[in-house]
Amino acid sequence: MQPIITIKGINKTYTSGFQALKDIDLEIRRGEIFALLGPNGAGKTTLISLICGIVTPSSGTVHVAGHDIVSDYRAARSTIGLVPQEVATAAFETVAATMQFSRGLFGKPRNPAYIETVLRELSLWDKRHAKIVTLSGGMKRRLMIAKALSHEPQILFLDEPTAGVDVELRRDMWAMVRRLRDSGVTIILTTHYIEEAEEMADRIGVINQGRIIVIEDKAVLMNKLGKKQLALTLQNPLERLPEELAGHRLELSADGNEIVYTFDSQAEHTGIPELLRQLGKHGIDFKDLHSSQSSLEEIFVNLVRPRP
Amino acid sequence: MNLYAIRAIYIFEMARTWRTLMESIASPILSTSLYFVVFGTAIGSRIGAIDGISYGAFIIPGLLMLSLLSESISNASFGIYFPKFTGTIYEVLSAPISPVEIILGYVGAAASKSLVIGVLILATARLFVDYEIAHPLWMISFLLLTAVTFSLFGFVIGIWADDFQKLQIIPMLVITPLTFLGGAFYSIDMLPEPWRTMTLFNPVVYLISGFRWSFYGIADVSVTVSLGMTLVFMALCVATIAWIFRTGYRLKT
Ligand SMILES: Nc1ncnc2c1ncn2[C@@H]1O[C@H](COP(=O)(O)OP(=O)(O)O)[C@@H](O)[C@H]1O
Ligand SMILES: [Mg+2]
Repeated sequence: MQPIITIKGINKTYTSGFQALKDIDLEIRRGEIFALLGPNGAGKTTLISLICGIVTPSSGTVHVAGHDIVSDYRAARSTIGLVPQEVATAAFETVAATMQFSRGLFGKPRNPAYIETVLRELSLWDKRHAKIVTLSGGMKRRLMIAKALSHEPQILFLDEPTAGVDVELRRDMWAMVRRLRDSGVTIILTTHYIEEAEEMADRIGVINQGRIIVIEDKAVLMNKLGKKQLALTLQNPLERLPEELAGHRLELSADGNEIVYTFDSQAEHTGIPELLRQLGKHGIDFKDLHSSQSSLEEIFVNLVRPRP
Repeated sequence: MNLYAIRAIYIFEMARTWRTLMESIASPILSTSLYFVVFGTAIGSRIGAIDGISYGAFIIPGLLMLSLLSESISNASFGIYFPKFTGTIYEVLSAPISPVEIILGYVGAAASKSLVIGVLILATARLFVDYEIAHPLWMISFLLLTAVTFSLFGFVIGIWADDFQKLQIIPMLVITPLTFLGGAFYSIDMLPEPWRTMTLFNPVVYLISGFRWSFYGIADVSVTVSLGMTLVFMALCVATIAWIFRTGYRLKT
């Protein structure tokens, strides 16, 4: 099937001279949830804004639903709904008026029934006559999504949708994103939380310093990245690890106070019970333990490190 | 043509006007009325007629221009500056809408609003002084042309401004003085040289003169020159806006 978005050789250099995007090639499949994962400043917002027409590319092309975003911007843009990273609303308008405004901007005639569906879906129907200033932060975020959906887009961009959002709203949001995907909408979201990409996406693109480092199906990527560590703080410092334990997955800290065990969180057997048994057998007591997942930072280091 | 988008912007902008009815419509009318009371009725009664027109009537076209210019500029500049300031501009920039459509929406609304104010001021003036309109069609044309031209100019200012101060500075430091010195309150024939010649470099002179001619058939400069100057200024604004959209100046990065 033809991809719904095709990005070829995109570069973006801001007027400051800073190059925010470098040789981006990316295809988004119709109907998928695609997560663009990367740390702050990686270029996620720049890439999304560029596709939506807010940032002009320095070179390269983007096709959306078969339409060039520059020469055929009308057709391209009318398929897109954008929820930007920052909440920005016309404070003194009512919810209903701002929805009508958004729909009109995208060239669609009135459709009160559809607007009602969207507002109900996002629990804003009761607030339709309220001025936006009077809404809570969570409601404003939902309204941003409602506005993006007001013109029945085929593609929805969500830029860091859960930044600063409480647990409940996040859950509702994900449920809604899944329903949208089920109704055929393609969803591209950005995040700097690996768990979030893991939870939501069908495919993940990792972006760092303006470059896309990997594009992979989630399952494949998670296997590659899913390293966890278990750190055990010992009762008594060890000189060295017992012969039997000294595997490559176990490390003793320099002061002998801590053992770090690295394991694959996706694997069927983590090997932890066996490790604990072995420690018991050798009379190694520990007073504390904690596990940690490799941070995104470490994952990037891993990804960009030249492979042997 | 994305007519729905033009309508959406237009309605949105006009809604702002109705919401702030007091400041957006009542206040310009009130301040113009004060001018009529002070200059037209109180002081005007002691000033002789100019070219056979009573002073109260003489100042009407100039005062109307003063309001029209400042209202057009402030409406249009605020209309486009505010979404930039709050960030809601992202929606307009990402919409399937052309620069011409954006202009029709924003500038159209700003010009409509100043036209409404202009007409209301004209009606208010009736309460204070008697006046007639010798060339109504010309009068309406000048009214329309000025409202549109200076709304375009305001749009440019709104895009250029990156803080509230810049938004105010041009109307305050340029337009108001030019209007006051542009013959709103006197005929430029009354000025001694070299002031008279210098005044001819003030574009507002041509607006006021042409407008006054449409009322009373008297003018400081010929009406075709007035019309020509207005059109030249309009063309300049249009060219600037075309350049803004082509380069994305202060709109896109
Ligand atoms: N208008 C701009 N001018 C110059 N640099 C910018 C501009 N906008 C963003 N940047 C820079 O581009 C980089 C990528 O920014 P952004 O796309 O917002 O990253 P992300 O959304 O991944 O956090 C950052 O280093 C940021 O400082
Ligand atoms: Mg961002």
